[in-house]
This record gives sequence, structure tokens and C-alpha cells, in this order.
Amino acid sequence: MAFRSHVLVCAGTGCVSCGSFDLGIALEKELGKRGLSGEVQVVRTGCQGFCAEGPVLIVQPEEVFYCGLKTSDVPMLVEEHLLKGRPVRKLMYTPPAAPAPVPTLSQIPFFAKQKLVVLRNRGLIDPEKIDDYIARDGYAALAKAVSEMTPEDIIREIKLSGLRGRGGGGFPAGVKWATCRQAALHRGVEPILVCNADEGDPGAFMDRSIVESDPHAVIEGMVIGARAIGAKQGFVYIRHEYPIARERLAKALDQAREYGLLGRGILDTKFDFDISIVQGAGAFVCGESTALMASLEGKAGEPRAKYIHTVEYGYKNLPTNLNNVETWANVPLIINRGAAWFTTMGSGDVSENPWNGSSGTKVFSLVGKVNNTGLIEVPMGITLREIIFDIGGGIPRGRAFKAVQTGGPSGGCLPATHLDMPVDFDSLTAAGSMMGSGGMIVMDDQTCMVDVARYFIGFLTEESCGKCIPCREGLRCSLDVLTRITEGKGEEGDVALLEEMGTVMQDACLCALGSSAPNPVISTLRYFRDEYDAHVREHRCPAGVCKALITYQIDQAKCDGCHACVTACSTGAITGQVKYPHLLNQDLCIKCGACLDACKRDAVVRA
Amino acid sequence: MPRLTIDDLKKLREQAAGAIALRSGTARAKVTIHMGTCGIAAGAREIMAALLAEIERQGVTDVIVTTSGCAGLCSREPMATVEVRAQAPVKYVNLTPERMVRVFQGHVLGGEVVTESALAAGCETTG
Repeated sequence: MAFRSHVLVCAGTGCVSCGSFDLGIALEKELGKRGLSGEVQVVRTGCQGFCAEGPVLIVQPEEVFYCGLKTSDVPMLVEEHLLKGRPVRKLMYTPPAAPAPVPTLSQIPFFAKQKLVVLRNRGLIDPEKIDDYIARDGYAALAKAVSEMTPEDIIREIKLSGLRGRGGGGFPAGVKWATCRQAALHRGVEPILVCNADEGDPGAFMDRSIVESDPHAVIEGMVIGARAIGAKQGFVYIRHEYPIARERLAKALDQAREYGLLGRGILDTKFDFDISIVQGAGAFVCGESTALMASLEGKAGEPRAKYIHTVEYGYKNLPTNLNNVETWANVPLIINRGAAWFTTMGSGDVSENPWNGSSGTKVFSLVGKVNNTGLIEVPMGITLREIIFDIGGGIPRGRAFKAVQTGGPSGGCLPATHLDMPVDFDSLTAAGSMMGSGGMIVMDDQTCMVDVARYFIGFLTEESCGKCIPCREGLRCSLDVLTRITEGKGEEGDVALLEEMGTVMQDACLCALGSSAPNPVISTLRYFRDEYDAHVREHRCPAGVCKALITYQIDQAKCDGCHACVTACSTGAITGQVKYPHLLNQDLCIKCGACLDACKRDAVVRA
Repeated sequence: MPRLTIDDLKKLREQAAGAIALRSGTARAKVTIHMGTCGIAAGAREIMAALLAEIERQGVTDVIVTTSGCAGLCSREPMATVEVRAQAPVKYVNLTPERMVRVFQGHVLGGEVVTESALAAGCETTG
């Protein structure tokens, strides 16, 4: 049945902080009481731009705008306007005569399509002031967890929420917590809690931003986790390259300790828990759980075989629960607002089994050939197209979209045919990529996919710890083959060799770095095999990137001798008199493409 | 500050909520400089310095200057949010020290949104 009226309650940050959630709930209750639930629908919207007079709402189709509402206004509003059809003048706002000089955030797709849960405090609070965090309901979830909930209650809530690890694997957090708690109880030892802030993917900065803009959210999540699992000691493993995040986190830990939210006797209860910061040296492999634990212990950051998982035998052989920054930052909200609220966002049905869907939101760092680069948070299940074209604003200079790389170096490249695919853990994996920690690199038609694969394999070759042979040698050989192909020396059989090595690595590597390392090659082969074939068989780089396979020439018929290319060329390869067609000396040309960009008459040709 | 009990935490929340909301208190406006790594790399510290210098030069005492993290739109940093009492906050992008001073003079003191650098008004959807 269609609704005759919609009540659009603003759920922008400003209105939320002055009680729009309670207002929405009160409205729904009152509508139910009056028997109007089937006729009037309450909708939570993005910011309506009038935060100063919040909470605000609009009643449609009449477009009546109410502001400064309290829950006590609800019965009158429902009775007068929604039941009797008489708008309530005294709750209405009279707009000023002048039109607004700038649009509202909700009119800008970059902001309108986002949903801030983890980043709820971004740009709003001073991350170095604990009082700012507390003002926005900070540590309220911890108070609830220590006073009203047993550890089992907390774990049950996290399980029901379907929260899956945001670090890459997507393992259900509640299941992990329960296993860790059981392992510790069984052995009669104290478990350890670790936060993975060793974000190592090129182009990814989600965790850095979360720690920088809201460090207390991560701390609160960890303290709640400690209460659930029974831990007394926790670590944040954060890379050395994140100095600002580290400083803010250290400051936040001190403040939390001073307030008795960390340390001995948290919130005046018998619960003790403290967190220390451990600096990583920026080794990509240390994002892997066993390598991270080795590094925590002061050993070389190398993984071990995982016949026994770290939740049972981790740091110093104690049961160790590792979750990443974003996972921890989700925890306070789930405890505060309940698993049922969390599952309203996302895709799939996680009520029976968290593996059946992806609930909540995901933070991505959106980078590459996209107009709006930045840090975004979207509900799970949004399409790639919405992310890249609505939020990201499309490809710069009107060029064509070619691929998007998700999941970091061990993820994969997805082509334009997958743009309408929902972004969630299982869809991405099925398409041959992965969620990873949330890097999203957009590529346009001037990107060579063989070169991209070579770049990521090169990165992984440097980052491989070298402990197991399939990874160490497999990567090195793959890099050799890929380099050969991009240099135009590819041979028939190279592509098959890459596939074979990839398959072996997937099966035989010791840790996830190695077993997922072939993904860039395998996914580009799956979707862009023709580019490999063009390189190998025709010695041609369709995107015009691989320098060994391209030449620049000047079309004498088109060149008007404007000299722009001569000025642009840094090696003096182009010569010629003004107003006479120029010449390009191939021996001096370094194929930088500066002349192509400089020429206004399309006289420079890349072949 | 003493160690908090659950009741203390509630009281503190009420106090602190008033302090950040600009609703109570005497400040006429709040300027938030977005100082994530992206903002700092794009020059947020210089923006902050220019703003503080201008505030001192004009002898203004009822404007709160504060910092916060990344505002999300890293490609348009440095960014600042200006919130004048009883009006929607406005986000400014691609700031330079000179533009920041113009925003301060025009919007904070003059009460008119400085459209030259303004992106949009309002705040983002949460939850």
C-alpha cells in the first residue's frame, strides 16, 4: 500500500546531536497509537541543511518544514497535521527572504550518498579533546557494557549485528571474540587484545583517518571488547609512517586513563584493562596476524603456518583477539544502538549467520582517476557505479572508466561490466577481487592493465618476507615475466606461465600475503586478457603506457610550427623553425608524452 | 580531573554537549580547521596561523577556533567549517591564508557566506 504522506526526519549529524533519532522513534510510536502507521511513513534523510534549528523535519507532499522540535511536540504534530490535516504554525519555520547563497551538503552527491557511522565524528570534534567525544555520546556504550551487560551479552550483540572484520578477511567479529574468550577460559589464562593499525595498502588511508579524527572511538571499542573477552592487556599496532595518528592516539590513551576509562577499576568497577601502542616499521606483511604477533613480540615480522589460529595461540602463545581499527570503531555504536539497528544497513540477512551478508557500512579511500578523491563511508551493498560516479564525481577530463581496483595489492581489478555490482564482502570475492581493508583505486582508459599488474606484483615482491619459497620465488618470477611483457619481449606461453605460477601460489603459500598475491595478475587476466595478448603478440600497448611499445611522431601535415612541443620537451628531441613543421628525433625521445599534452592541433601522434 | 563513575560520565556529557553545540555559551561563532594528514599536507597549519593572526589583529575574543580531523573530501583540502551562532555550518574548500582571512572577515564578522570558497552548508548524515 502506498503511503499518503511521508515525514522526512533529518538524520544529519547536527539534528542527530539534538535528538532527531528519539524524535523519529516518538513519531513512529505516536503514528502507531493513532493507527496511521500504514498511511504515514517516517523516513530518515540526509542533512537538510538547517542544522542550527534542529531537529528538523519535512512533511510531504505538503512540503511543510518544522524545526526545533522536541519529542513532547510529537503528539500535537501527529494529531493536528497528520490526522486532521492542519499544519501546526507555531512549530513551523519562516524562511528568510534571501535565498541561500550556497547549496546544502545533501545536494552534493559526494556527501548525500554517504552514511557516517564509523566516521560519525569526523570533522566535528577535536580529536585531542576527550570531552568533545563524550559530548557526542562517547563512552556511553562502555558505561552500558560494564553496568548493564554481561560479557556474554556483549558477544551475543556483536554476533547478532553480523559485524565482519573490516581489515580484509571479513571474519565475523562476534565469532572470533567468543572463540578467544572460550580459549582463555579453557586454559585459565588472560587473553590479549590487539588493534591492527598497520594499514599497508598503497592508496589506502581509512584507518589512519579514523585514528586521526576519532581516536577515542577505537579505544572505547577495544575496552568493550576487553570486557567481553576478559582481557586485561591490549595493544595498538600502528605503523611508524602515521605520526599524527600515533600522537593523537597516545594523547587519547592518556586522557582516557586520567578519566578512569582505562587502567585499573574502569568506571569505578572491578574491571581492569590497559592499552599500549606498539610501532610497526611499515612492513606490509605485518598486517598478517601471525607476522604482526611476531613483530609485537620483538621478533622479525614473519608469519607462521596457521594450523592453530592466533585466537588460541597468538601473542606469547596467549589467546589473542586481533581486529582492525574500523572494526573496533564500529563496536561502541552497536552496543549503544543495538544489533537490530546495525543490520538495517547493508545487504543480505545476517540474523541467522553473519556469513550470509554484510551488515553496516564500509569506509573506503577513494583515489586514482576520479574527480572527488577522499575518504568516504557508505552502506554495504551500494554499487560501484554510485561510489565512482555519484560520490566520486566520475572520471576527470571526461575520460572513460576502465577498471576499479579494490582490496589493495592483493585485491583485483574489476571492469566496467561490474559497475552495477553491489559492494559487499561476498560479491567482491565472487568477482575475483576482495573487500580488503577498503582501498579503492579508479583507473581510466589511459591505464595499462599489464602495467598495473606489474606495479602491484613489484610492490608485493618487495614486501614478501621471503620465508616461504612459493611467495618469494613465485613473485620474483611473476615480476620478471610481467616486466618482460611490458618491455615488448613477451613470448607465447608467458601468460600461461603467469597463470600456472598464480595457481601454485594460491595453494602453497604460507600466509595470506602470498596466497592472495597473484590476484592482481589473475583478475586482470580474467577481465583484460586482450591487453596481455596485444602486448605479447602484437607488441602493442593499447593504453599507450608501456614505453618500450610506443613511439611519438609529429604529423607533418598537421603541425603548424607553433613551437609549444619544443618548449614542453625536456630532452631537446623536437626541433624545427617557428611556423614550419617540426621533427622529432627518436634517439633523444624519452616518451614522456609532454609534447602530446602540449600540442593543440593533434599533430603529435602516439603509436 | 578525577576518575569518573558512570554518573559522572553522564553529567560530563551534558556539560560538554553544551560546550560544543554553540547553543549555550557566549561565542558568536566557531571555526573548525580540518587537520587530518591530508589537510596538513595541503597547508592547514598555514590557514590556522593566518586565522589566529587575523583574530589577534582585530582583537576579536568571542570566536572559537578549533581543529578536527579529515572532512572526507581530501582533494579539496585545506578545508574549514564556519559555524555562526543560529546558522547552519558552512564548509569552505581549497583555502589559502588570504582566502581564510576573507572568510573570517566576510562570514564570521560580516555575517555573509563567502561564496568564493564555500562548498556547501549543513552537516553530514550519521547513522
